[in-house]
Amino acid sequence: MYTEKVMEHFQNPRNVGEIENASAIGTVGNARCGDIMRLYITVDEAGIISDAKFMTYGCGAAIATSSMATELIIGKTIHEAMTVTNQAVMAALDGLPNPKVHCSLLAEQAIRAALWNYATQNGMEIEGLDEPVTDIGDHH
Amino acid sequence: MSDIIYMDNAATTKVAPEVLTAMLPYFSEDFGNPNSIYSHGAKALRAVTAARKQIAATLNVAAEEIYFTAGGTESDNWAIKGVCEAYAGKGRHIITSKIEHHAILYTCEYMEQNGYDVTYLGVDENGIICLDELKRSIRPDTILISIGFANNEIGTIQPIGEIGLIARERGIIFHTDAVQAYGHIAIDAKACHLDMMSASAHKLNGPKGVGFLYVRSSVKLRPFIHGGAQERGRRAGTGNVPAIVGFGAAAVRAYTDLEEKNAKTTKLRDYLIEQVLREIPDARLNGDRERRLPGNTNFSIEYIEGESLLIMLDMKGIAASSGSACTSASLDPSHVLLAIGLPHEIAHGSLRLTLNEENTYAEVDTVVLALKEAVTRLRDMSPLYLDAKKRER
Repeated sequence: MYTEKVMEHFQNPRNVGEIENASAIGTVGNARCGDIMRLYITVDEAGIISDAKFMTYGCGAAIATSSMATELIIGKTIHEAMTVTNQAVMAALDGLPNPKVHCSLLAEQAIRAALWNYATQNGMEIEGLDEPVTDIGDHH
Repeated sequence: MSDIIYMDNAATTKVAPEVLTAMLPYFSEDFGNPNSIYSHGAKALRAVTAARKQIAATLNVAAEEIYFTAGGTESDNWAIKGVCEAYAGKGRHIITSKIEHHAILYTCEYMEQNGYDVTYLGVDENGIICLDELKRSIRPDTILISIGFANNEIGTIQPIGEIGLIARERGIIFHTDAVQAYGHIAIDAKACHLDMMSASAHKLNGPKGVGFLYVRSSVKLRPFIHGGAQERGRRAGTGNVPAIVGFGAAAVRAYTDLEEKNAKTTKLRDYLIEQVLREIPDARLNGDRERRLPGNTNFSIEYIEGESLLIMLDMKGIAASSGSACTSASLDPSHVLLAIGLPHEIAHGSLRLTLNEENTYAEVDTVVLALKEAVTRLRDMSPLYLDAKKRER
């Protein structure tokens, strides 16, 4: 039911783990619904996401979207990272089965939660970024 | 298929060679309609009659009390809807349990929408209903008690004989969904005071698409499928002759040397349980340790989610199943695991491995090793595991 890309990222997930002293962390989802995604980012002086790692509890799609999300945001500025939407993650994975679309939403929310965490720590605003709903599990 | 380790026998089983052999002539040679007058049809009729007798003998009932259907789900639907209609004059209350298969639960919900009252009995931590609660739930307008013989997820076997007696003494129809139990444990319909029982062939090395409903001769039951006069006018439609023949052969096969086969499967099952609990930290067995189907194991493995575990096992050629929400269309994990009191996050991480007498110790060893590796990999990326380990430190 999964595309080759999804399976490939599930089998060889990129950027798994924690970043000690990360610039920001975003955690979304809840265990009740069966998925939690935590995204760590390191932002350099130029405002570029130089590193990203994830820890995810969830199904195959949740792990694959986490992995893809890290790949898509590394090298982008915190403002450019806003373009990594759930649609972008899904497209990069050649699609997801319908019941798994919420996993890509989880990835988008994790990115936004990390960016929000970064923005509030640094007293700045990122255009288009509102305080994220971290517990998206209750809304789908 | 040879390099696949199949441990999902509760989902379905392969058609046994002798079952297939029994079926084959009824596709293109003796293909006649069993309801025809000419001798070609009579051959098919004889085969169907023989299968009915074979099945009746395994249950200690009369052949006329066995009605062939298209499977367990149809049998369950028919039993509930048919009794509700036939006994509506007496009352409109049904008693069932929270851990029934959806074929029962959703049919009961449908009856609720149609003006019937349903009591869903809870179960203890092992999945067994409480007989006192059952007695207390009975009302003057109770017309049906439907409790599954053995649970499809956790394999727990209910005290069916006691439930049957409670129902019989009070003149209430007792139905049991025995889809998981039939062919795997001995069932004496009379000794258990059964009024109706559902079964399905593909759970006992028979073909898919055929089941039966046992209906005790005194039970009034409205037809569910309307049309021709097949199955004594109670279930219309030309019978699936090859499948019915296959069901008969599968029943005979299943109940031949049952105790020997079960002793072997139970030993292997216990070995699997022992190995998993020894090799995987933070894992637990769901369901009753003793009162469970010979081939059933069901584990909760903390900090990981079931679907990702299944995919990892599948990549190693192991077929298993899970009660995780991600393996179904809903967001909630298995209703059975929630009913035995597991929190949501633990219910999401369940793994069901169901054996039959053909599985081997070598297969169990391979599965446990693969499971250990998969669990380690998934825990290494699980924030729940990370946080739990940090709390321990």
